[in-house]
Amino acid sequence: MATLSLRDVRKSFNATQVLHGIELEVADGELVVIVGASGCGKSTLLRIVAGLETPTSGQVVISNRDVTGLEPADRDIAMVFQNYALYPHMSVFGNMAYGLKIRGLPRAEIEKRVQAAAEILGIGALLERKPKQLSGGQRQRVAMGRAIVREPALFLFDEPLSNLDAKLRVQMRAEIRRLQRRLGVTSLFVTHDQVEAMTLGDRLVVMNAGRPAQVAPPMEIFSRPADTYVAGFIGSPSMNFIPATLEEGGRAARLAEGSAIQFADGPRPGPAGMPLILGLRPEHIEPGDGPDSLPLAVELIEPLGSETVVHGRAPGGLAVTARLPGAFSGAVLPVQLPAGHLHVFDAGSGRRLDP
Amino acid sequence: MQKKVIFRGTLLPIALLAPQLVVTVVFFFWPAGQAVYQSMLREDAFGLSSEFVGLENFREVLADPSWVHAALNTLVFSGCVAGLALGLALFLAVQADKSLRGATVYRSLLIWPYAVAPAVAAVLWLFLFQPQIGLIGRGLNAIGIPWDYRLNGTHAMILVIVAAAWKQLAYNFIFFLAGLQSIPASVLEAAAIDGARPARRFWTIIFPLLSPTTFFLLVVNLTYAFFETFGVIHALTGGGPAKATETLIYKVYIDGVENLNLGSSSAQSVILMVLVVLLTAFQFRAVEKKVHY
Amino acid sequence: MEAPPLIRDDALLRATRRRRLVSRVVAHAALILGVLIVAFPIWMTLVGSTHDSGTIGRGEVPLLPGTHAVENYATAWGKGGGVMRTTPASLMLWNSLLMAVLIAVGKIAISILSAYAVVFFRFPGRMAAFWAIFITLMLPVEVRIIPTFQVIVDLNLGNTWAGLVIPLIASATATLLFRQFFLTIPDEFVEAAKIDGAGPLRFLKDVVLPLSLTNIAALFVILFIYGWNQYLWPLLIINDRSMETIVVGLSKMIGRGDSQNDWNTIMATAVLALLPPVLVVALMQRWFVRGLTETEK
Repeated sequence: MATLSLRDVRKSFNATQVLHGIELEVADGELVVIVGASGCGKSTLLRIVAGLETPTSGQVVISNRDVTGLEPADRDIAMVFQNYALYPHMSVFGNMAYGLKIRGLPRAEIEKRVQAAAEILGIGALLERKPKQLSGGQRQRVAMGRAIVREPALFLFDEPLSNLDAKLRVQMRAEIRRLQRRLGVTSLFVTHDQVEAMTLGDRLVVMNAGRPAQVAPPMEIFSRPADTYVAGFIGSPSMNFIPATLEEGGRAARLAEGSAIQFADGPRPGPAGMPLILGLRPEHIEPGDGPDSLPLAVELIEPLGSETVVHGRAPGGLAVTARLPGAFSGAVLPVQLPAGHLHVFDAGSGRRLDP
Repeated sequence: MQKKVIFRGTLLPIALLAPQLVVTVVFFFWPAGQAVYQSMLREDAFGLSSEFVGLENFREVLADPSWVHAALNTLVFSGCVAGLALGLALFLAVQADKSLRGATVYRSLLIWPYAVAPAVAAVLWLFLFQPQIGLIGRGLNAIGIPWDYRLNGTHAMILVIVAAAWKQLAYNFIFFLAGLQSIPASVLEAAAIDGARPARRFWTIIFPLLSPTTFFLLVVNLTYAFFETFGVIHALTGGGPAKATETLIYKVYIDGVENLNLGSSSAQSVILMVLVVLLTAFQFRAVEKKVHY
Repeated sequence: MEAPPLIRDDALLRATRRRRLVSRVVAHAALILGVLIVAFPIWMTLVGSTHDSGTIGRGEVPLLPGTHAVENYATAWGKGGGVMRTTPASLMLWNSLLMAVLIAVGKIAISILSAYAVVFFRFPGRMAAFWAIFITLMLPVEVRIIPTFQVIVDLNLGNTWAGLVIPLIASATATLLFRQFFLTIPDEFVEAAKIDGAGPLRFLKDVVLPLSLTNIAALFVILFIYGWNQYLWPLLIINDRSMETIVVGLSKMIGRGDSQNDWNTIMATAVLALLPPVLVVALMQRWFVRGLTETEK
C-alpha cells in the first residue's frame, strides 16, 4: 500500500515562481503521468517528490507520512533518470546492488533480488558488464532494474525514454507499462511526449506554466479538455481553434465570417456576444459540400499513407487543418464543421464551457 | 588521427616546422645527448683532458652516500608535498563544490596562488617563519619550541614542504574542482536516492570517478616537487642546513655549477631523465585506463 | 470516511536538518580556513612592506599595515634593497615582463606554426617531426639544465635575451593543444578555402588564427605565468645585474635570511614580484582556468 499526495506544493527559484500550489492525490498502484512542454515545472515537481529539491512551501506525503523535509534516502522511493545515471565504474550487478548494500541487506538476499530483476528485464547475461559496454536500451533496463530491486513504495520516472531511438522507445513504453502493472507499484512518470503520456498513464496531469491545467484519465483529457492549452497540447495534429461569439440564448455560436453553428448538446451559459473559441480536432472535420460548408483554400497536403493531413485557409484567413481518410488532391476542400464534436471554450479565460 | 582534407606541398610545412624543430634539436636533443655522453667521461682536476670511463660515473653516483641522502630527501619531500597539497586541495574542492552561498567567491580566492612563483612563495613563508622576525617563527620560540630552520634540518624540511605545498594547492584545487564538476549530477542524485549518505557517496562514487584526476595530479605533483621546487629550496635553505634539504635536482645544480664536476652531474641528470620518463610512461598507462570510464 | 492522521517523524526530520546544517557549516568553515591559509602569507608580506626596517628587524611586525608604504616602495622601485644588491625593482620588473612576454609569444608562435604543418599537410618525415616534438614533453628544463647551459655557453649566448628565452620556448604542450584544436576544425572549411582559392598561409591567417583566438588567450595566460616564474634558468644564464629578473633578484636580496636585512624593501619587492602574474590570473580567471585544464589533458 503506497499512496502519494502533494498538498499545495510551491517552488520558487529566486524571484521566479515555477510551481503554483500543486495538489495531487495518487492512489495505490496507480501510474500518473505528468506531461507538459519544457519549462512547465514537471521535472521540478518530480524532483521535489524525490527529495532532490526542497519545495518553497507545501507538503509531500507518501503513504500518509510527511516526507517533505526528509532526504531522498528516507522516502522509500526509486527513480529512473533521463540519462540513466548509472555508476560508470560499477558493473551492472554493482549498479543494481548498490542501494541494497547501503541498506545492509544480506549478500544472499541481494543476489536473489538482482537475479530476479535481471530475469524480468532480460539482462541476466549482462550482469558483469560495465555501463559503457551496454547499448542504450540495455542501459535503460539496468536503470529500471536498479529501481525494481529496491522494492520501493514509489517509482519515479524522469523522461526515461527520451534518449532512445523511436522504435526502441515504443517497445520500452509497452514494457514499462506491463512491468508497472505486474509489480503494482505506485508511479509518477514525467514526459513531454503526449503519446507516451496517453498510452502509459492511468491518469494524466497536464502542466502549464507551473499549474496543473487538467488532471484526468487520458481519454477524458482527449475528449473533454479543460481548457484551450490542454486541447491544443494533446492530439496530433493540434486541434483547430475558431474564434466565435455566443448567440442570444446560448444555443449557437456565430463565426467571424457570419455563419452560425448550433450546439448539439445544449445551451452554454453567458451573455450574448461573449467571445468564444470553438475547438475541432482535425480528424473530426468532415469533407463535403453543403449549404453551410467552408471552402478551404488548400496550402499543404501531407500524405501519411492511410490518411492525409490537409492544411488550408477558410475564407477570412483562418488556418484550418483537416485529417482525411485515404488520399486527397485538389486546390479547394469544402469541409463541414460537425456540431457533435465541437469543444466550446471561453475566449477570455480559456476554460471549457459545458452545457 | 588525421585530417582527410589537406593542403599540398612539402617545402612550406617543413619551413613552418623549422623553428620548433631547430629549437628542439639545439636545446633538447643536443644537450640530452651531451648529458649522456658526458656522464661517461671523467675530466682531470684541471679540466684539460677527459677520458672515457663507461658507466663508472653512474656506479659512483649510486654508491655515493650524499646522493642516496639526497634521494631520500627527495622522497620525503615529494611525498609530503604531494600528500599535503593533494589532500588539502581535494578536501577544499569537495567543500567548494557544494551549492553554497558565496561558493564562487571562495573559488576565486583559492586559485590565485597558482600565479606566485615558487621562489617568491619561499620569501613569503620565510618572512613568517624567520626565528627572529617572523610572526610564526617568533611565536613558536615564545611558546617554548626552539624553532630555527637555519640550524635544525627537520625544521628546514618542514618549511620547504609547507612553502612548496602552499604554492601547489591552487593548481590541485582547480583540477579537483573541474573533476568534481564533470561528474554528472544525476549520478550523485541516483546515489542519494539509493540511500548513500554524503560520506559514503564520496568514497564509493565520487572518489572512484575522480581517480583519473587524482592520478594525473599525483604525477604532476611529483614532477613539480622533483624539479620546479628548486626555487623554493634555493631561496629558503640553499639545501642546508648540512644538506638536510638537498634534493636530487639541487644536487645536480651544486655538483654541476658550484663543484664543476660535470661527469657526476651529467650522470645524475641522466638518472633524473630516466626517472621522469618512467613517471610519464606511468601516467600514459593511466590515461589509457581512463578510457574505460 | 475520516482520513487517518498524518505521520510525522519529527526525530528524523530534526536529525536531517541538523546534518544539513552541519555540512554547510563545515563547508564554510573549511573554505574560510583555506582562504586564510592561502592569503595569510601574502597579507603579512603586504603588511611587512608598509613598516620600517627597524620595526621588522626587532620582530615587532603587527598584523595591520603601517605608514611607511610610500618610502618602502619608492626605495624598492628606484634603488633596490638587500644587503649587497642594488638592482632597482623597476628594472627587474621590466626584465621579467620582457622575458615572460617573449617566452609566451615565442611558444605560441612556433607551436601554432608547427601544429599547423603537422595537421594540414602530409609530407615525408611528418610523424618523425611530431614525435620529436612530443618527446620533449617528458623532460622539463630543470632535468637537462647543466648540458643546456653548456650549449648556451658554446653558442656564446650567456647573458643575452636570446640565450634566456629561446631554450624555454620549445613546448610540446602548446603544440599538442593546437594540434588537438586544429583537428576539430571541420574539413569543409579547408574545402571551402580551396574552392575560394585561398592558399595554406591565407587559410592560416584568415580562418585558423581567428578561430584559435580563445585558445591563444587562454594559453597566453598560462605561459605568461610560466615565463614570469622562471627561476633556475635565469639564475644560471644571467649574471649581468641589468638583466636580472625580479623573481631571481628577490631571492638574492634575502641572502641567507638574516634579521638585519632591509626586510621592508624586500617585502615591497616581493609584492611587486607577485603582483603582475596574480593580476593576470585574477583578471583573466575564466580563460586561465580553461587554459590550464585544457593544456594539461
